[in-house]
Amino acid sequence: MARMTEILVNGKRHAIDADAEATLLSVLRDDLGLTGTKFGCGEGQCRACTVLLDGKPIHSCLTSVGDAAGKQITTIEGLAKNGRLHPLQQAFLDAEALQCGYCTSGMIMTAVALLRENSNPDEKTIREFMQGNICRCGTYPRIVEAIKRAAATMKKS
Amino acid sequence: MSKRNIPEFAIEPERYELQEAPLHQFNLDRRDFFKLVGGGVAVFLLLPKSLAQESGRRGFGSREPLPQNIGAWLHIGENGAVTVYTGKAEMGQNIRTSLTQAVAEELHVEVGAISLVMGDTDLTPFDMGTFGSRTTPTMNKQLRQVASVARDVLVGLAARRWKVPPSLLVAKDGKVLQPNSSRSAAYAELAQGQTLAQAIVENDPLTPASEWKVAGTSVPKIDGRAFVTGEHQYASDIRRPGMMFGKMVRPSSYGATLESLDVSKAKAMPGVTVVHDGDFVGVVAPSEFEASRAAAAIRARWKTTPQPSSAELFEYLRAHAEPGGSDGRGDYEVGSMKEGLATARHRLKATYTIAYIQHAPLEPRAAVAEWEDGKLTAWTGSQRPFGVEQQLEETFHLSEGKCRVILPDTGGAYGGKHTGEAAIEAARLARAADKPVKLVWTREEEFTWAYFRPSGVIEITSGVDGHGLLTAWEFHNYNSGGSAIRTPYEVPNQHIQFHPTKAPLRQGSYRSLAATANHFARESHMDELAHKAKMDPLEFRLKNLKNQRLKFAFTAAANAFGWNTRKAPKGHGFGVGGGVEKGGYVATCAEVAVDRKSGNVRVVRVTAAFDCGAVVNPDGLRNQIVGANVMGLGGALFEAIEFKDGRITNGTFTQYRVPRFQDIPEIQPVLIDRKDQPSAGAGETPICGLAPAIGNAIFHATGRRIYSMPMVPNGLKKT
Repeated sequence: MARMTEILVNGKRHAIDADAEATLLSVLRDDLGLTGTKFGCGEGQCRACTVLLDGKPIHSCLTSVGDAAGKQITTIEGLAKNGRLHPLQQAFLDAEALQCGYCTSGMIMTAVALLRENSNPDEKTIREFMQGNICRCGTYPRIVEAIKRAAATMKKS
Repeated sequence: MSKRNIPEFAIEPERYELQEAPLHQFNLDRRDFFKLVGGGVAVFLLLPKSLAQESGRRGFGSREPLPQNIGAWLHIGENGAVTVYTGKAEMGQNIRTSLTQAVAEELHVEVGAISLVMGDTDLTPFDMGTFGSRTTPTMNKQLRQVASVARDVLVGLAARRWKVPPSLLVAKDGKVLQPNSSRSAAYAELAQGQTLAQAIVENDPLTPASEWKVAGTSVPKIDGRAFVTGEHQYASDIRRPGMMFGKMVRPSSYGATLESLDVSKAKAMPGVTVVHDGDFVGVVAPSEFEASRAAAAIRARWKTTPQPSSAELFEYLRAHAEPGGSDGRGDYEVGSMKEGLATARHRLKATYTIAYIQHAPLEPRAAVAEWEDGKLTAWTGSQRPFGVEQQLEETFHLSEGKCRVILPDTGGAYGGKHTGEAAIEAARLARAADKPVKLVWTREEEFTWAYFRPSGVIEITSGVDGHGLLTAWEFHNYNSGGSAIRTPYEVPNQHIQFHPTKAPLRQGSYRSLAATANHFARESHMDELAHKAKMDPLEFRLKNLKNQRLKFAFTAAANAFGWNTRKAPKGHGFGVGGGVEKGGYVATCAEVAVDRKSGNVRVVRVTAAFDCGAVVNPDGLRNQIVGANVMGLGGALFEAIEFKDGRITNGTFTQYRVPRFQDIPEIQPVLIDRKDQPSAGAGETPICGLAPAIGNAIFHATGRRIYSMPMVPNGLKKT
């Protein structure tokens, strides 16, 4: 069985020893202790496990760690810089766009990808792009609001 | 004429939530307590049960054991840190924040100076559980009491130190001050060198809501930063030294028993432990990947038994009503139905059905279990830490003190996490492997082996006289439950009955429980009656209501929505629904758009007015109201659990549709802040008005009346 010995997460090389077929999610969480990325369904339907692979949002629950070889992986833990929150993290706090918070990492990571693609998305675009993310507490309207706020902040800076 | 009876709305746990455990014993003496938490000042709130022979306050001698039956306690350390201990659980409803506000309000300290220890069976007092919207009306008040006494104790300490009467001193911003003098002492200073414990009962006067400074404001989520950075550790994130990963091998269907088992392949895998105990089959492995592979390598044959299916659900419920009928809870009879129907001009009989649905919290059931020297510690997501502790004690025959359950703030529950399955399974696996074990349920396990909101059949027979007044109201609920089974409307002749039935699926609590079903049936029926009586549905409700708070809520919702001032565009319809539950008054208006060709129903906008007494945190309340309506949208429109031959046939997020971004209408919460009324819980009741408001709006748009929840799982079919 092929083993994976190294992955690139949040700009750092991490030595691992994992079966290449293991999910990226389980390696991030269990081997590297990066538990900010969540398991929600294992079927690519809730996006709680969203991370960026070379900047693109992916379901880490359906991606094998082997497929992430040599690619840049960004997780929620990699967003804040020197203790300063990413504008999306700050906007989620400011709009109180969370209740239990379990979907929050996946929401923010998906929104990071959205704002990279489109720095000024309208409401319809946001809803379409975020359609794959589930929030069972029902904070969707606030999440839309948070993404709009973050877009405005990022434009300013 | 029969005597008019104003219904009373007792707040009591719903039958499916009643799992009362014996009161826990707290076995520390005062010295041990301070050894544990450090010196300072502690205040304990005694529950009324234990106060038969006591009155007012009393102190403790150093040898005296601490009182039993404690509701909550608060400790001010010698460094001024305020720690509050409560058995309640945080699962997104934001009580960690609202309870902190309550303490800050009475103790006169900053919110940031307070930390709450919640749901830890070794550290917090016994609590029956976090459900039934009871935290705000009970724990909030208890913590305010405790905090207000702690403040008095600190003032007393300062008074003694300065040899002045306490009445000359005030507490402010974490200090005791003597106005008109420069004297001041920080709480930390006053708590220095103390080991002072005070027990109180709930009888101290509290700051009235009209004078609140911290409570009643929109304090942001405590620890919010830990959630947006991914730092917060849910039960599923807990890691322990040497921890292994568990995986269960589940029966092929409900009611199946193990016939034969071949574990040889799994056993041969490196590092794998197979656990087989009766029908319990599971594996432990060094990684999740290996655990899944080992579980998949196990060959199990299960003997199945015939099981009911969702296709025959409602016939099944009616056919399996328990002989002897209801247990009396929620039943109500007044006047004579015969007379009521005889005097009616319009009569109506209708049957409503409610499907099984699932909570589907985004964090599935998860636990980490660890055995050390015969003591079991389990980290899990639950609403009932002490309930889970008791289940573990019973399952593993543990004596008291040999089990500790710790609840990290949970990733959603909605009534779905009252039980401790994952903790029990993880503990069994951990005992066999002799290592800490983490077990996280898969989504399919969650959809199959958790429990469901009860399905139900509701039959209503009613009458209205020529003046548009209700004359008769007969209401039978099969299985879904007794919450909000009574009508808030004035009806001289009523017969209301709950019929327990044998349930085809494992069922339990859910946000608002049966109140959603009962409101859907009643408010849909009221709408149909209004149309029969040729009255505006809102006017008809107001005419039959005496309850002022509910009337006010209906009026507030209607005004904000534009019920009388706006016209529904072509293809759109307006609907209204509301009621009283758990001390809260809700009224909801909805606008829907129906595409005649495709049958697609879109909810365009929703206005929900809610009165839960004095509002503790307005922004948190808006978040709860909107959240309840988003969640309610699923059960109203499309959510239904399907099952056949003992299997859930749509148990994945691919098949089971939950509300998503594009389903969400504009939702306008309207807060009715009654500072003169005690605060009631807000997590549940706002869900109640939505389904009937949508159903009634669909009728308004199309003339089609829908009698089942979900209403349009496949769109509005042509007839």
